[in-house]
Amino acid sequence: MSFHPKMEYAPARFHKSARTLPDPGGDFTYTAENQAKFDANVQRYPPDQRKSAILYALYLAQRQQGFLTRAAMAHVAGQIRCTTADVEDVVSYYTMFYTKPVGTYVLNVCRTLSCALLGAERVTEAISEKLGIKVGETDASGMFTLIEVECLGACDRAPVVMVNDDWEERLAPEQVGEFIDHVRAKGRAAFTGCHLHKEK
Amino acid sequence: MAYEPVLTKHCAARDGYTLDFYVKNQRGYEGLRKALALQPNDIIEQVKASGLRGRGGAGFPTGMKWQFVLKDTPKPKYICCNADESEPGTFKDHVLMERNPHLLIEGCAISCYAIGAKVAYIYIRGEFYHVQEVLEAEIEKAYKAGFLGRNILGSGFDCDVFVHRGAGAYEAGEETALIESLEGKRAQPRIKPPFPAVAGLYQCPTAVNNVETLCNVPLIVLNGPEWFASLGPEKNGGPKLFCISGHVKRPGVYETSMHTTLRELVFGEQFAGGMIDERPFKAIIPGGSSVPLLLEQDLDTPASFDHIQKAGSLLGSAGLIVMNDSVCAVWLAMNLLHFYRHESCGKCTPCREGTDWLFKLLLRLESGDGQPKDLDLLFGVSTNIVGKTLCAFGDAAATPVLSTMKLFRGEYEAHVREGRCTLPAPWRAAHPVVAAHQ
Repeated sequence: MSFHPKMEYAPARFHKSARTLPDPGGDFTYTAENQAKFDANVQRYPPDQRKSAILYALYLAQRQQGFLTRAAMAHVAGQIRCTTADVEDVVSYYTMFYTKPVGTYVLNVCRTLSCALLGAERVTEAISEKLGIKVGETDASGMFTLIEVECLGACDRAPVVMVNDDWEERLAPEQVGEFIDHVRAKGRAAFTGCHLHKEK
Repeated sequence: MAYEPVLTKHCAARDGYTLDFYVKNQRGYEGLRKALALQPNDIIEQVKASGLRGRGGAGFPTGMKWQFVLKDTPKPKYICCNADESEPGTFKDHVLMERNPHLLIEGCAISCYAIGAKVAYIYIRGEFYHVQEVLEAEIEKAYKAGFLGRNILGSGFDCDVFVHRGAGAYEAGEETALIESLEGKRAQPRIKPPFPAVAGLYQCPTAVNNVETLCNVPLIVLNGPEWFASLGPEKNGGPKLFCISGHVKRPGVYETSMHTTLRELVFGEQFAGGMIDERPFKAIIPGGSSVPLLLEQDLDTPASFDHIQKAGSLLGSAGLIVMNDSVCAVWLAMNLLHFYRHESCGKCTPCREGTDWLFKLLLRLESGDGQPKDLDLLFGVSTNIVGKTLCAFGDAAATPVLSTMKLFRGEYEAHVREGRCTLPAPWRAAHPVVAAHQ
């Protein structure tokens, strides 16, 4: 019999930073088009610095599949010629990569000072109420995901919501319902876009 | 004397961003032509003489930064343009990149020539995808017109400009973290020295400059350093973009000289036009969320690096956030600490753990469970972050707490005593987006 008390094997009890493994996912390879895009992008960096293209490679994978699975990360690792752990290291740091499925439209509501001063919290509440989801969740139709983000760099157009790669500026809480209905009906065409971009 | 904008003069023009327009109306690429006829060292001397100071936040003289870039080395050199612009309250580089991209491209090319680099990377934040599209299309046009690429304008000088998209990290705005991110790693700062001028991108000599800084370079070469220096107060020359946001009637980017006072910027008719609904002014953050607040009595300070520093704050990235009397100082600190807690890269313990504790303490105060000892604790945690981290993030994160505690200690005490906020916060709740806000 051992003198030591029986040790419970429960990682949560003695390791706070329990590592969550990404979804393994099915087979993943770039489409021919994405492969060509990656091959062109990697030329921008010195030949021995392929790793610089990692963010671009991840964006391509994410656009192709909607979110990043372990298979996708392994594929990116193969392209970059680094380990999958290196890729996971990068993915887990940056906020614009998703490791879980997200809706067609990811509503990123800015919550930092300038937007908050003009009612960003009310916008989040209104979206949350309209779609019946909490921050971080995807609605039942799989169309919308609500996320709160930090400063988007459009403080003069507060409150700002970034939807995928597009901006919706000066979204008042009372307009939220209408806005969501418009996006459902018209897709990307419903966004105001960036005011500077639009003036062209 | 009315100020004539130079950086953003044609920003409102419909096709102001195109190459043709730039060449026709802004003496486009004449600066580059002139620069290529000079010795690289002469350009550095001109930039030094102009007194151009970095527009990204620190206000470090640009000419000096370039001079430090190691000369005698077989390694390639690089220019990294910092277009990460993620300081809350700052949105000036966005305007320049979207509405005047060729000025930046020309600035990159001249800077490369000056320090002897052949490649410039523009590190743009991931959220600016639509800006990146414009920028890449215009770079393509500059290549076709022979302003970039091999043997530019027959001078034998080669230069490439590439756009690199980040993926949502505030910390990537710090120069060594930007380099790390560009190398395909987590955006975490490096130990300095060695400074990027000696061992930066890929361990090669690198100069990291803000977008607005590089946009000023063609103007200096074209119009001379004396013209540039004459635009502002001593040692604060040149045009400056101010980003005004918060409780003002007309938030936006305004270009003026650094003679202009904060009061003019906030209340002037040609600038932000005063407070929404004429509510009383409470405080202003003059340089992005990382700098101390200023009060009503400081408003007559000219908005220059030196004057604002004398008033007890910093010009930083010139992101002015204006607040009216409905804003609670504790809520303000809590909102910003939520930001810093989220954006802390996690490399240095005081910052990673400290920002979390500061946020928790502020949340406790805001939710009415604050205890008298919390105020000392807040002060203690903050002062234990300041100066104990690799980069300036730690100091920046503690600033909102230290500054609000210094100026509005009464509000903190009221939160503890009353268990609630004593300010007219209902105004904020009732006016989520104000009608007067066009």
